[in-house]
Amino acid sequence: MLEHTELFFKSIFIDNMVFSVFLGMCSYLAVSKKVATAVGLGAAVIFVLAVTVPLNWLLDQYLLRDGALAWLGPEYADYNLSFLSFILFIATIATMVQLVEIVVEKFSPALYNSLGIFLPLIAVNCAILGGSLFMQARDIQTLGLAFNYGVSSGIGWFLAILAIAAIREKIRYSNVPAPLRGLGITFIITGLMGIGFQSFGGMLTGGDEAPEPVENTTVQKVLEEEEEEKKKTEKEIDEKAVSYNHTIKE
Amino acid sequence: MALLSKKDANLILDPLADNNPITIQVLGICSALAITAELKASIVMAISVVFVLGVGNVVISLMRNIIPSKIRIIVQLVVVATLVIIVDQVLKAFAYELSKTLAVFVGLIITNCIIMGRFEAFALGNGPWKSFLDGIGNALGYGVILIIVGFFRELFGSGTLMGFKVLGDPVEKTGLYATGYENNGFMIIPPAALIVVGIIIWVQRSKNRALIEEN
Repeated sequence: MLEHTELFFKSIFIDNMVFSVFLGMCSYLAVSKKVATAVGLGAAVIFVLAVTVPLNWLLDQYLLRDGALAWLGPEYADYNLSFLSFILFIATIATMVQLVEIVVEKFSPALYNSLGIFLPLIAVNCAILGGSLFMQARDIQTLGLAFNYGVSSGIGWFLAILAIAAIREKIRYSNVPAPLRGLGITFIITGLMGIGFQSFGGMLTGGDEAPEPVENTTVQKVLEEEEEEKKKTEKEIDEKAVSYNHTIKE
Repeated sequence: MALLSKKDANLILDPLADNNPITIQVLGICSALAITAELKASIVMAISVVFVLGVGNVVISLMRNIIPSKIRIIVQLVVVATLVIIVDQVLKAFAYELSKTLAVFVGLIITNCIIMGRFEAFALGNGPWKSFLDGIGNALGYGVILIIVGFFRELFGSGTLMGFKVLGDPVEKTGLYATGYENNGFMIIPPAALIVVGIIIWVQRSKNRALIEEN
């Protein structure tokens, strides 16, 4: 239960789709002029993520990852099909979106009218594919957690687009410098909101301790790797020194 | 430009400035921002997108008369996904370290809106040669912004360019650091990319007033 709550809040606030990894920015910028449409798109994103992330989790677990085909028989145990994940994930997403569109149109015309126009847009929303790819990269353990991850990152995206749409509705009455109007100011506001969201980083650690290293900041990774390399070279130098000494002694 | 007629040259040059995919068309921002903390990653990303969009545009343009319009999105996705898998495997084989820093963002080229946008808007209605030029042009326009953002973020954020310490050593206080200069850690965190792009848009639009949006 604890890991569910933790993942839930982590995906909404700390690893927010928009503010920490910039997924779904295209539709985030294009469809955030009015709150009503933003709510429609946000709801559609939550819905599609909740369906596709668990589905792709199953695909990853039983078809793609190293040794996933073991259930077919021991002779299949050493296949690794993970290079196919992009194409399978995107195919799942495109078909699911199409299927959802047909089902919703058939059974709930009211919902279709409010969500329908956004569904085709969603097949190419990076947030959806990103959800599945991060699910794979973060090695999420159970189907339940995968569902949780899909829903909560959807909610995070929903909150982000709702907030920016509300701000953009207000900012129309402000005197923004002409070259910044529209796109420019939206970028800068999103950046400022992102800085605000960074402060959630201390939420799970209690604030006093150092926050966990975020997986996605490439620079940190590179720095770590550099340190490792430095250590390695230092070791090598030490070893070489030792061996030289040996030869001298001999 | 004897090789290209003026019209063809415009296909390449337009997206570099006045019709830039990122700052004007608002396409392909998702992957543009997350990997720009270092210059090297931005350059590799730009090259990958040039390859995917150039080749993809030609393939789609060759098939434009036989794709039924109802399933065109899926056909487009399959073409992009195949090309991206090639890029991903090549990166893993020849630049493993870099492919780790780019991580899932190589995969996210598939849903990069520039690619689908150019397929829909251009390749479905034009011949292969024109589509190729259009693809290269737009991908370069995307790459230029990526490289500018990567340049400033790496220079001010870590004081390096492509991993070389151009401003001196921050630990041993050489070069610029001897005068008390400090790296700006703010440039490394993700939201800084948004602000840098915002400033690029500001500069571009104050140079070219025709691009200013109506309120």
